[in-house]
Amino acid sequence: MTTQVESTKLTADTVLSVRNLTVDLPKGMERAFAVRDISFDLPRGEILCVIGESGSGKSVTANAMMGLLPPLIRVSSGEILFQGQDLLKLDEPALRKLRGRVVSMIFQDPLSALNPLMTVGEQVVEVMAAHDEGTPKSRQARALELLTEVGLPDPALMLHQYPFRLSGGQRQRVMIAMALALEPDILIADEPTTALDVTTQAQILDLIQQIQRKKGMTVLFITHDFGVVAEIADRVIVMEKGLIVEQGVADTVFGAPQHPYTERLIAAVPKLRQDDRAARSKDNDPQDAPVLTVEKLNLIYRSGGGWFKKLREVKAVQDASFTLHRGRTLGVVGESGSGKTSLGRLLIKLLESESGQIIYQGKDIAPMKESDFRPLRPKIQMIFQDPFASLNPRSTIGHIITVGPIAQGMKKADARTKALRILEKVGLDAGAYARYPHEFSGGQRQRVGIARALMFDPDVLVADEAVSALDVSIQAQILQLLDEIQRETQVAMFFITHDLRVASQICDELLVMQNGRIVEHGPPSQIFHAPKDAYTKELVAAIPGSDHALQKV
Amino acid sequence: MTAADIQTTPQRWWHSRGFRRFAQHRLAMVGMAMLFLLTLACIVGPYLLPYDELYIDLRARFSPPMTDDHYLGTDPLGRDIAARLLMAGRISLLVGFFAMVLSTAIGTVIGVVAGYYGGKVNSVLMRFVDAFLAFPSIFLLLALAAFINPSPVMITIIIAVTGWMEVARIVEAEVKSLRERDFVLAGRMLGLRNTHIMFRELLPNMVGPIIVAATLTVARAILLEAYISFLGYGIQPPLPSWGNMLNGAQQYLATAPWLAIIPGITITIAVTSFNFIGDGLRDALDVRTDPA
Repeated sequence: MTTQVESTKLTADTVLSVRNLTVDLPKGMERAFAVRDISFDLPRGEILCVIGESGSGKSVTANAMMGLLPPLIRVSSGEILFQGQDLLKLDEPALRKLRGRVVSMIFQDPLSALNPLMTVGEQVVEVMAAHDEGTPKSRQARALELLTEVGLPDPALMLHQYPFRLSGGQRQRVMIAMALALEPDILIADEPTTALDVTTQAQILDLIQQIQRKKGMTVLFITHDFGVVAEIADRVIVMEKGLIVEQGVADTVFGAPQHPYTERLIAAVPKLRQDDRAARSKDNDPQDAPVLTVEKLNLIYRSGGGWFKKLREVKAVQDASFTLHRGRTLGVVGESGSGKTSLGRLLIKLLESESGQIIYQGKDIAPMKESDFRPLRPKIQMIFQDPFASLNPRSTIGHIITVGPIAQGMKKADARTKALRILEKVGLDAGAYARYPHEFSGGQRQRVGIARALMFDPDVLVADEAVSALDVSIQAQILQLLDEIQRETQVAMFFITHDLRVASQICDELLVMQNGRIVEHGPPSQIFHAPKDAYTKELVAAIPGSDHALQKV
Repeated sequence: MTAADIQTTPQRWWHSRGFRRFAQHRLAMVGMAMLFLLTLACIVGPYLLPYDELYIDLRARFSPPMTDDHYLGTDPLGRDIAARLLMAGRISLLVGFFAMVLSTAIGTVIGVVAGYYGGKVNSVLMRFVDAFLAFPSIFLLLALAAFINPSPVMITIIIAVTGWMEVARIVEAEVKSLRERDFVLAGRMLGLRNTHIMFRELLPNMVGPIIVAATLTVARAILLEAYISFLGYGIQPPLPSWGNMLNGAQQYLATAPWLAIIPGITITIAVTSFNFIGDGLRDALDVRTDPA
């Protein structure tokens, strides 16, 4: 480890260095330390990316640098040196002076990091006022300047807006403006783009990079996405389970990863495939086996419309038409709010459509009443996005996956036998049957969600952002599992995702949605390499790491 | 591993974090101990005492506590207060307990239905709750008691009917937030009926708040029973209840204060015990402090 640290010293001078930092976790956690014996330097004027899966200790490292660790977690040894002084030895008032002025931070969730009761302007001004910077008048002027700098539209008006009126990307820009208010030497960005759409993510990354170059600032960028790293990093630190396993110049780490964990992480990054997914069942002649056909489907959300409110209409899905084939996957990509989730829920009739047809087994199921549709429900199943919210926390895994079949009339003993078989198929051992969801990790829970959907041997499987909440390496495993299941059961899949790289991995065909409309439809090779629609072009261009060596591996 | 080998009941409830927190809650444990002793005394006490609660000994009227065999003294008719107190405890605790069961059941059903369906169903049911809340419950209780023969069963029903609104509101709020969770959608996807989702999937997630509300309802029911019995509309003599023992005592407050003090203290002990337990449960079951 030390030799690596030595070697990184060669280039730029160092703003801040972390030496042998160990942070302990309270007893009863899965390991005794959050990070152990980590050392690295923050070179001036560069972007250093810390990458690792959840629980690898990357956020703890950042919080230790800001002196923002929760009281239960303590630094047990090591030092963080800035201009010759150890930040860990400073008391709270001294640290407060440094925060914002020297080190500043932006967070993952810009909505919860902004005060909902203060206008954007007040919050930016507050940062400066807290540090006695300037006069009230100059602060106001500086706030306006900052909002302009981070590229917010109509900054003069924006000063007086409350955070809830802003989009996710705009809120993140406000956070950046606040972080820049005192012109810090170091900016720590903790997963700042994880909660954002691809296109917005690309814009924010671009903004951070621009500002960093212009001001010669040092950026410590924490992320779990290798695509993001490829996009902006000068240097990379790879963390696993609280240890630094590899660090070095970005291109070297990508080109010739030294540590097996780094290799695994890079291999797990979903890559844009150049070719289309091989048609998997030529003997079954998939082209001739449409399972479900959707025609001119519409969905309108109405809100308000009470006694005193004006009725508001939002067209969530407009004239959607497509066909699902046996053993094939149709992907839907688009930003949040494009209507892809609504479309998925229409297919399994968790939402009622306004007009249009969904033809399944020769019948139009769209206008069916719940009681008529109930016998058909088992054949159209869904995998949900959030593996935490989609499993009832008070039910055992066994109950969760057998309750549906039992309610549909399967015998308890049969349901149990089948459940155990399917648990094995999705890669969980039979002991899981009697345990509760909170005993499992996110990836394992998602396997339970998949097992639940498979209990009925469905014809159609709707996967709504099924891998979005998971770490890359887990993501790859789940995608592989879905692929295996499809080969085995010939289920038709409707795969909703905002991640185009994931879509290219698993989909045979793609729909691109924007504002409720399907703007383009075609095989992934055409969508990614010869997009026709302007919006599709924009989406494809925004894929992080798309023009980097990472894609050519 | 075959199906037969698999353990089906893994996590015992007494290993749970909530139970441990409850056991560490000192006041709640004090409440549990007091309540346990009180209940035990009410169940076995009457068999051990030398007098029964209706035996009249006119020569021993107004005996202060610890005279002869009358450990807590006698009342104006010479009846043994210890015996009456424990028999009254049986009635008061039973009325309190069953009033709680009934009002929690009513409140839960109304709350779950209102919260789950939302919209018009919710508006109608919750305005109904508001109407009940807006009515002064003691007055309602007295008015009802004046019309109905006040047997312990009727008293229980009346108390339950005037005390379910709080549970309904708690449950409604809880269901409203839970029904947005994906597991409810998953239930619909599996073709489960609404009643199944409401009472078999959602309800177990609300056991915590319901138990807390229920404990506090017992305390309230015991107090309400004491109020109306004290005012003469509740449990009728010669059947003893803590409330009507107080009723008989008020005119002798200066000369025989133990007549009022003894049932008064007992009511206080019972009510505070239930409140302590309720507080302990609230802290122990608050899921927000649970990491999972």
